[in-house]
Order: sequence, then C-alpha cells, then structure tokens
Amino acid sequence: MTAEEWTAVRLSLLVATTATAASLPLGIAVAWLLARGRFWGKSLVDTLVHLPLIMPPVVTGYLLLLTFGRRTPVGAFLADELGIVFSFRWTGAALACAVMGFPLLVRAVRLSIEAVDARLEAAAGTLGANPLWVFATVTLPLSLPGVIAGAILCFAKAMGEFGATITFVSNIPGETQTLPSLIYTLTQVPGGDAGALRLTLISIALSMLALLGSELLARRIGVRRTAVA
Amino acid sequence: MSLEVDVDHVREHFRLTARFSSAPGITALFGRSGSGKSTLVDIIGGLVRPTRGRVAIDGQVLVDTERGLFVPKHRRRVGYVFQDSRLFPHLSVRNNLLYGRWFTRPDGGASGDLASVVKLLDIGPLLDRRPDSLSGGEKQRIAIGRALLAHPRLLLMDEPLASLDEARRAEILPYIERLRDDAGVPVVYVSHSVAEVAQLATTVVILTEGKVTAVGPVLDILPLADAGDAGGVLDATVARHDEAFQLTVLASDAGELQVPLLAAPVGAPVRAYIRARDVMISLRPPEEISALNVLAGRIASITPSANGAQADVRLDCNGAMLMARVTAKSVQRLALAAGRPVFAVIKSVSFERS
Repeated sequence: MTAEEWTAVRLSLLVATTATAASLPLGIAVAWLLARGRFWGKSLVDTLVHLPLIMPPVVTGYLLLLTFGRRTPVGAFLADELGIVFSFRWTGAALACAVMGFPLLVRAVRLSIEAVDARLEAAAGTLGANPLWVFATVTLPLSLPGVIAGAILCFAKAMGEFGATITFVSNIPGETQTLPSLIYTLTQVPGGDAGALRLTLISIALSMLALLGSELLARRIGVRRTAVA
Repeated sequence: MSLEVDVDHVREHFRLTARFSSAPGITALFGRSGSGKSTLVDIIGGLVRPTRGRVAIDGQVLVDTERGLFVPKHRRRVGYVFQDSRLFPHLSVRNNLLYGRWFTRPDGGASGDLASVVKLLDIGPLLDRRPDSLSGGEKQRIAIGRALLAHPRLLLMDEPLASLDEARRAEILPYIERLRDDAGVPVVYVSHSVAEVAQLATTVVILTEGKVTAVGPVLDILPLADAGDAGGVLDATVARHDEAFQLTVLASDAGELQVPLLAAPVGAPVRAYIRARDVMISLRPPEEISALNVLAGRIASITPSANGAQADVRLDCNGAMLMARVTAKSVQRLALAAGRPVFAVIKSVSFERS
C-alpha cells in the first residue's frame, strides 16, 4: 500500500468516527422527540431529517456548500467567531458524512425507542423520576441495541459517502480525500487499478468488521434485555 | 392521611364522576370492569389528567383544574403497584427495589429501608435475580417493595392480584395485610373481587358505570355490592378451640360460628366473610342437618337479580348483616318478606385475621 492510500484510510476512519460521534447525541434527541413527542410541525421535522436520504447526494453537498461555504454568512460567522471552518477541510467531510448518516441513525433509534414499553416509563415516573431521568435510566438502556445499530449504520454510511463530500469539500489529498474519493481518483488514472482494488478490499473488510462488532454488542445487550410480562 | 377526590373525567363514550374522601387504612375502589376504577387511580397517581376537579392528600392539592394546578406524577410521592408489575427488565431485583431511592429522600413518608421492606415481603433470596426469572407472585411482591421504597405518602394498587392464580393470590394477600397493619402506608386498592375487598379493606368506595354509588366502612357497604360473589362480613373473636373435632368456635354479634381450626389464639379478632351463595334460608330452626352454623335473624330487604330468577336476601342477625342468594321460586314458596324472622344456614365461611 502506498502512503497516499494509508492517508486516505486513516482520514476516512477519522471522518466517519467524528461524524458518528457528533450526530449521536443530536440523533438520539431527535429520535426521542419523534418517537414520544407530540408537537406542532412533527411531520415537518420528520421530513427534514429524512431529506438527505431521498435527495441526490450531490444536491445535499451543494446545499452544504451554499450554507457553510467560507463566504456565506453562516460560514463566515463560524470561522470568525468560533474558528470553525468546514469548506475544503476534513471537518467539512465529517459534516457532510454526519448529515448523510443522520436519517439512518435517527430511524434506527426511533424504532427502538418506540418499541420500549411506555408503561415502564410511567412506572418510573410514579417512583419519582422526572422525564429526563426516565429517559436516561429506562428508555435509553432499553433501546441501546437500536442506538448501537443506528451508530453502526451511520458509521458505515460515513465510510462510504462520496457524492456530498466531493461536492462540498472536493477531493484534496491528505485533507478531504477519503477512501471512496481516492478509489474514484485511482480509477480515473492509468495504472490505478491495483490500488483501487486494494482499497476496495479494505473497504469491504472495514464494513464487515463494523457489522460483526454491532452484532456482538447487540447480542450481549440482548441477553440482559428480555421483556418482562 | 386523608385523600379527597372530586373529579369528572370524560373520555369518548365514558363519563366518570367521583367524589369521596378516605380515611387511613385500605380504601377499596370496588366495581365491575369498565366501572372506571382504573381511570380513577390513574387520576390520583397523575397518569391521567381529569377533565375537571380536584385531588388532595392531607390538604396538599395534587390536581385542581380550576386553578390550573397539576402536580406531575414524579413529584406526587404516590406509589403505584400495577396489575402487570412493570418491573424494569434491564435491572436486577435489587436495583428495581432501589430505583425510587435515586429520586426521593425518606422524609415523612411511611415505610423504611431496604432491609425492613425485604423482611416485610420475604424477598431476601430474590435480590440478585433478574425480573424475568421470577414467578408472577414474586414479581408482584417486588413491585410492592419497589413502590414502598420510594417512600410514598399513599400507595395505589390496581388489581395487583388479578393476573395471578388462586394459589399465588393466597401467597400475596398476607403481605398486603402486613402492609396495612405494619408499614402504616395508606392504600387505595382497586378490585372487583368481593373476597379480596372483604379481607383487606377498611373503607369501600363502590363504583358503578363511572359513578360512586356507595362509600363507607367495609362492614356496612359490602353487602350492598352488586357482584357475583357478594356476601356479608362478620367481625368476630376466637372463643375457643375444639381440638377433638379440629374446629374453632367464634363469637360474633350474630351468634356463635363453628369453623375449621384456625391458628389464631383465643380472643384474637377475626373477620369472617360469608358468601351469599353459601347461605340457605329456613323458616324454622332446621334439625338433623350437616351444617354446623345456623344463625337466627330477620329479613332486612329482598333485591331481585337483574333477570328475575334469583334474589339477594339481606338478613339482620342481631345487628350483623348477612346475605343469602335464593331463587325467586323460594322467595314465593316460603313467602319471604322484609321483617320476617328466619334462620340462616351457613354452608361455609372464609376468613381473615384482623
């Protein structure tokens, strides 16, 4: 493997981990709102969350560029006030991946929260737990398999994200050239086939590892989590 | 403790109107399924917001729709034992029991620490088990313990024995009695079983189709209950034991009763429950019959059943109220009428130490 390939693999792992870690808390919160909340505009929120799943990734990437680009109001504010720059940086790649993985994460977590028996939550309330504690001590532990599944899905999506990333932050070696971007680049140059194949194999191996890891985790938790009549 | 309830709740095709206050001890909410009992405890527990009304414990208002006041369930300190126990499947029995401790401080509320609750309910050997490995009866004991350890000011029990078979019920009932007698927690107990209410309750609130139709001490109210196994309650004391025949003789206002040997000492108070269907009526003192217990009394009232085939006869036996269920034909044949002196032949008695 060449140094360029290693860099792309490392960068992809960094981008995917950051994207997953960053979207997890927000994803759980949104999933809980959608599962248990009753508020005006709920279906609008639902649609917005799912939008990146339905839109062409290039469109999502372009919208990100229009919103977070260096010269847009939001981008300028983030850069000047908080020192956060997304455009043409690896952080931008992570943002694009997070946005693309978000619907998958929310969907999995929401389904498993909906599967938690609301009567158990009511029981926790009568024992003195306020809604936040009920969530932390009953809802979240009982929906953990779904949270893990959602996080793995989000991670896998982030590892494979191409369209939105390349549109938003381009394909800069060492900064935004993730694994899929490099595979694409290698297929465009003569003699790149061997490298593309190597990366493809690595990509498959990483996906399988992630899936296997989630299976194991879910099974360990599943043992502790049989429903009570 | 005093609980005051005055609420109206409207839900689709059902209207609940309840107004009562209750004394210490166990207050039974009694009625058929669909009479609104569970909705009423849900309102007291804060799981349901009433359409209109007021609920207060010891003068502290939990709900007052006029003032827009609604204390959420986690701040009410009202324990709730559900019919389906609702133990947390991801926690051990011990952590289920201690769950409420994270949120409440033991100030003022009744009941004690883990050790005393474990002793009260005999659940020591279960502490390290997981809820899904428990039997139905064990689950309910843990659910009761869990509610107690949250230091409630009032404990709601919504048919806690309904999902159990006869043997498991018999296993739990003594613990609920201990709760009443030892733990000193006031309880609102929902049930549609006259036998359970007769055993446990101090006060009875009868609900019929969403309305409170009677409130009062169990001895006065229970004979009015319209239910399949209606009956009368006698407060008695153990007069003596007849070891030779394995019998115990009880003394009550209505007279002496001979019952299968009880473990209670002489002088102990006992509450006997006599089902209406276990009582026959005779116009003359019956002779040479197998039944040991015959009480003299006077007919207080006769209530025909809904289909007219049977009648519930209330008997005043020297102040104690008994019930007899007889056929309409017998009423006619014996010319039974209010005021007529009769003899009640009792086939069997169920009991309860009090």
